[in-house]
Amino acid sequence: MSIRTVTFDAIVVGGGGAGMRASLQMAQSGFKTALISKVFPTRSHTVSAQGGITCAIASSDPNDDWRWHMYDTVKGSDYIGDQDAIEYMCSVGPQTVFELEHMGLPFSRTEEGRIYQRPFGGQSKNYGEGGQAARTCAAADRTGHALLHTLYQQNLKNGTQFYSEWYAAELVTDARGHAAGVIAICIETGETVFFKAKATVFATGGAGRIYSSTTNALINTGDGIGMALRAGVPVQDIEMWQFHPTGIAGAGTLVTEGCRGEGGYLINKDGERFMERYAPNAKDLAGRDVVARSMMMEILDGRGCGPNGDYVYLKLDHLGEEVLHSRLPGICELSKTFAHADPVKEPIPVVPTCHYMMGGIPTNIHGQALRLDGGHQGQAEQIPGLFAVGEVACVSVHGANRLGGNSLLDLVVFGRAAGLYIEDALRQGMDQAEPNSDDMDRAMARLRRWDDSKGGESVASLRKELQSTMQNAFGVFRKGDLMIDGVKKVADLRSRIGEANLGDKSQAFNTARIEALELDNLLEVAEATAIAAEGRTESRGAHSRYDYPDRDDENWLCHSIFDPKTKQLGKRDVNFKPKTVDTFQPKVRTY
Amino acid sequence: MKVSIYRYNPETDREPYMKEYEVDTGGKDLMVLDVLNLVKEQDDSMGYRRSCREGVCGSDGMNINGKNGLACITPLSAAAPGVLEGKKALILRPLPGLPVIRDLVVDMTMFYNQYEKVQPYLQNNTPAPAIERLQSPEDREKIDGLYECILCACCSTSCPSFWWNPDKFLGPAALLQSYRFLADSRDQATDERLGKLDDPFSLFRCRGIMNCVSVCPKGLNPTRAIGHIREMLLERAV
Repeated sequence: MSIRTVTFDAIVVGGGGAGMRASLQMAQSGFKTALISKVFPTRSHTVSAQGGITCAIASSDPNDDWRWHMYDTVKGSDYIGDQDAIEYMCSVGPQTVFELEHMGLPFSRTEEGRIYQRPFGGQSKNYGEGGQAARTCAAADRTGHALLHTLYQQNLKNGTQFYSEWYAAELVTDARGHAAGVIAICIETGETVFFKAKATVFATGGAGRIYSSTTNALINTGDGIGMALRAGVPVQDIEMWQFHPTGIAGAGTLVTEGCRGEGGYLINKDGERFMERYAPNAKDLAGRDVVARSMMMEILDGRGCGPNGDYVYLKLDHLGEEVLHSRLPGICELSKTFAHADPVKEPIPVVPTCHYMMGGIPTNIHGQALRLDGGHQGQAEQIPGLFAVGEVACVSVHGANRLGGNSLLDLVVFGRAAGLYIEDALRQGMDQAEPNSDDMDRAMARLRRWDDSKGGESVASLRKELQSTMQNAFGVFRKGDLMIDGVKKVADLRSRIGEANLGDKSQAFNTARIEALELDNLLEVAEATAIAAEGRTESRGAHSRYDYPDRDDENWLCHSIFDPKTKQLGKRDVNFKPKTVDTFQPKVRTY
Repeated sequence: MKVSIYRYNPETDREPYMKEYEVDTGGKDLMVLDVLNLVKEQDDSMGYRRSCREGVCGSDGMNINGKNGLACITPLSAAAPGVLEGKKALILRPLPGLPVIRDLVVDMTMFYNQYEKVQPYLQNNTPAPAIERLQSPEDREKIDGLYECILCACCSTSCPSFWWNPDKFLGPAALLQSYRFLADSRDQATDERLGKLDDPFSLFRCRGIMNCVSVCPKGLNPTRAIGHIREMLLERAV
């Protein structure tokens, strides 16, 4: 075997918020840690997060309570979020946010000098009884940028070893399925290297690029999910995709929910504030799934705006120039650039747009990846050496629908938790899985396949076809026959992508090769999504079916588990046993 | 429309050259990045960086018809008026002054090195409170226009002083970051930070040319930040 090997105690794949919070924890402990990122870390998608990080730090309301945040999150998840994980996130959250502030994150401030918090969707006081809460900690509308740069700066300070612009292509496992590290390519030189480590942490983010219209960065191609599935690791609740109510029509760029938090609202072509009909109490600040569906109903019922009636308007001008420029400066900029609309004067055309992958690699609260020991109905067991944090993971705190501002909290809480756990495990002694030459060959097979390709279809055309298939059959509203057709189309695409051609086989900064490898990952995510969506015969959270319009707690108050080996959908129990509070029992979900 | 792009692959090309492409935008005033993506569909060997495609990640800084900017938020009509009517070509080159790795991709090591030199992280040795450190809205406002930098390098690579001394002059981006921490009421390393800047090159090679201000895609003003640091150095000296 001719491949160069470098050895670490732990490697983190992905340089977004979750990956850099994990690497920071381990760098501080002095273990030999590498962070591998396909882009320079501050180019990761966390940078695009706008509105804030939701957490009960009791700044806006001195009586705020993390348990209220927990209640909102459980309800928001449509009751398939794991209550032990949500409890952990909401209770550890304040400490985690204060740490970020101590690191230098430039939060906006209140007159008292505390962190500024704004209202976001699905937030309440007193377990839904006390009205709208303001719980989302913000740095203007650039919170993700501020958070990501702060974490990068702290990693610099603490001497994390960065491998920027290195692309992790495959997870290496031994015969038992234990993780031994990853095969990664240096994008600049084309060199392929085996990064061997006792702990491999996937923090590779989401995969919104499986859809044609998404708020996600071009780099969000589900690399971690693809690597996991190819290595036989299952994924959980992967049918659950969040469509953000306010993507700029046509461009897909995100407009933060913070706009509605600050008092903006949606109107149809008649100028009607239609959310009052769909969610009489929370109105425009209902759960994202609820708002996105309401917008689509308005559009489908012929009350959309514009020449084709295919979007609605987000009205902000009544907030005044001063509020818009101090609280939402980035939105003003984006709207002018991508919608040619100045929010101070005119509304922004918006449409529900693919935004977030609630599903992912199942993990426990330490970030340890799980598989089912006895097939579909088996007990979950840990996969030695493999961890997942952030959007690629399904811990699960978001269940069937994520609340706004909970993704940044998820990143830092579980990035930190995985770091703490690995630190401790390394101290006690972790095993290093030793792959043999067959294991290495398996991990290299995909790279060789593309390098030997000739004469097939192009990566760009196949990617487009995959994206439009997903957009048409697995969007906001879903229907059995369309999904069955979608599953078939994806299967057909699998065979064609297996024969596709990489035209450019050069070594130095070959972005065509990276895009080809990313296409394989998009396909893996799309296939799992399609099969899981078709298989979940109910409507819950973001998964909304015409043919099964109701929530079915008898059969589906559970996680779905997609097994890549059999391509079958199984079930896994949701955790209803928080440690310090009573269980939140499933109720009818209204806003 | 016509696009002319700087091409160089170190494995096959002895020297760089400009390559012409014909792209059909359907008459739409696309962003420069959209055009690059269309070129990539024709010719997958064309190399460039991109990520967020909305002007916040800083990946796609490049020289667009003679001016540095972000491809993803520069519309054709602003990049090269007349390009849609076929009156002229869109001309794309890598950021000037940094070594080219391939095509539009430059080696940003020197740029990042200068950033790291200013110790771009908060320094405060007092024990942290159980909650956040307090900061008044007025103090917080002092870092507006500073913390928003996306490290795209459009400014530093448009600066003649940086072209001459990329190893000794920190450049506008790094100096903006330096002032971001000097201006932060929570940071306690002011004296040490200023001490490191007090030499003929690190800061004082800025000649106030202001190319940095004219190209910054985020509308930031590094020259003003440099001016504030000069004042602080002067006060420290007397």
